[in-house]
Amino acid sequence: MITTDIGIIGAGPTGMFAVFEAGLLKMHCHLIDSLPQAGGQLSEIYPQKPIYDIPGYPAINAQELVDKLSEQIAPFHPGYTLGERVETLQKLDNGSWLIGTNEGTQISCKAVVIAGGLGCFEPRKPEVDRLAEFEGKGVMYAVRNPEMFRDRNIVIAGGGDSALDWTIFLANVAKKVTLVHRGDTFRGAPDAAEKVAELARTGAIDLVLKSRVVALDGAGHLEQVTITGPGGDNRNLQADNFIPLFGLSPKLGPIEDWGLNIDRSAIEVNTFDYSTNIDGIFAIGDINTYPGKLKLILCGFHEAALMAQSAFKYVYPDQRLTFKYTTVYGITELA
Amino acid sequence: MINFIVEDRNGVQQPIEIPEGISLSLMEVLKGSDYPILATCGGMALCATCRVEVLKGLEQLPEPGDEELDILDTLPFVDESSRLSCQLRVNETLEGCLFRIPEED
Repeated sequence: MITTDIGIIGAGPTGMFAVFEAGLLKMHCHLIDSLPQAGGQLSEIYPQKPIYDIPGYPAINAQELVDKLSEQIAPFHPGYTLGERVETLQKLDNGSWLIGTNEGTQISCKAVVIAGGLGCFEPRKPEVDRLAEFEGKGVMYAVRNPEMFRDRNIVIAGGGDSALDWTIFLANVAKKVTLVHRGDTFRGAPDAAEKVAELARTGAIDLVLKSRVVALDGAGHLEQVTITGPGGDNRNLQADNFIPLFGLSPKLGPIEDWGLNIDRSAIEVNTFDYSTNIDGIFAIGDINTYPGKLKLILCGFHEAALMAQSAFKYVYPDQRLTFKYTTVYGITELA
Repeated sequence: MINFIVEDRNGVQQPIEIPEGISLSLMEVLKGSDYPILATCGGMALCATCRVEVLKGLEQLPEPGDEELDILDTLPFVDESSRLSCQLRVNETLEGCLFRIPEED
């Protein structure tokens, strides 16, 4: 088990900077993130986009900012659990918190800081009759083991890169692949779109354009899908698996079940110190909400600084907190 | 002044009036008017949680750009009337339009 002062859920820029602010107060932090690298949205979604509102940097690339933050917090030696999703949060009898991940990692900490940004990303689900009923019984939202589709009838829905790429790949594995797309053109990578068109021309796959999957049917396991075409005409296709690939939608995930006050998928906080309605749990950055909230990295940094002051009092109730400017004491002395 | 109408998820329509020359996206106006859209990516055409349906005036709006079309194309149920409100600037092209906020994904 990992033991630390503050467990920080989310290793985006706000979570990373919280390590720095907590470190100045001599608190040790452990960062947990479902993404395999630190940096959150910046590293995952727009690493090469310039950011213009970081003080002192007229412009800085997102990944460069993450690299600078890593460098800035290194003297405080934060722990990292990356590539694992936080599933559980439990208050122990001794007053500390136990964070559990989907991989079984356990982090014991005195305070919890949720810096989860957009939350976690879950598959975007289409409106299809009986979809939920067949989840795990033929319906899946990602391809993890292509071999499980060998010699099976597969229907893929979607028009993005994932739908194109898996159609191409599974064409060589499955008995039959049908790609259903609501439009008549693809905006995925041009070479992938071309390859799919070629596979359709040669009969290696079936391509159904301007159509949607609207219903599923089967006894215990998926057996067929119903597709509706542009004129509203329906037809049934034999299908062992239906794979809707419509990208990911941000959701709060397990955080929703922890008893926190939530408004429109964001955690309500007290702007005095960004504490939540649960003692010992703070929420900073894009995942929180309060009157006047601005979802800016800059604001997340501010929130981290204020949070750290209260977190110190929570973690070390018997110690006196003395505010120190880094210009006076430097970092090495504090680290 | 630029005038358009927003229909919420309950079907209630409200007129919105915005001064000309203001540099805001429709997403920002909707959030500022307390409509329950998430716009979690902050206007980068990444999350599609600010999607609106254009019930009136679609033809007068600027064509969607590549970034907007890329994300719209990944959504399960959208049609030509779907736009990302973060990609629509509030200017005279919105005059008289009717936007509906669809159900969340």
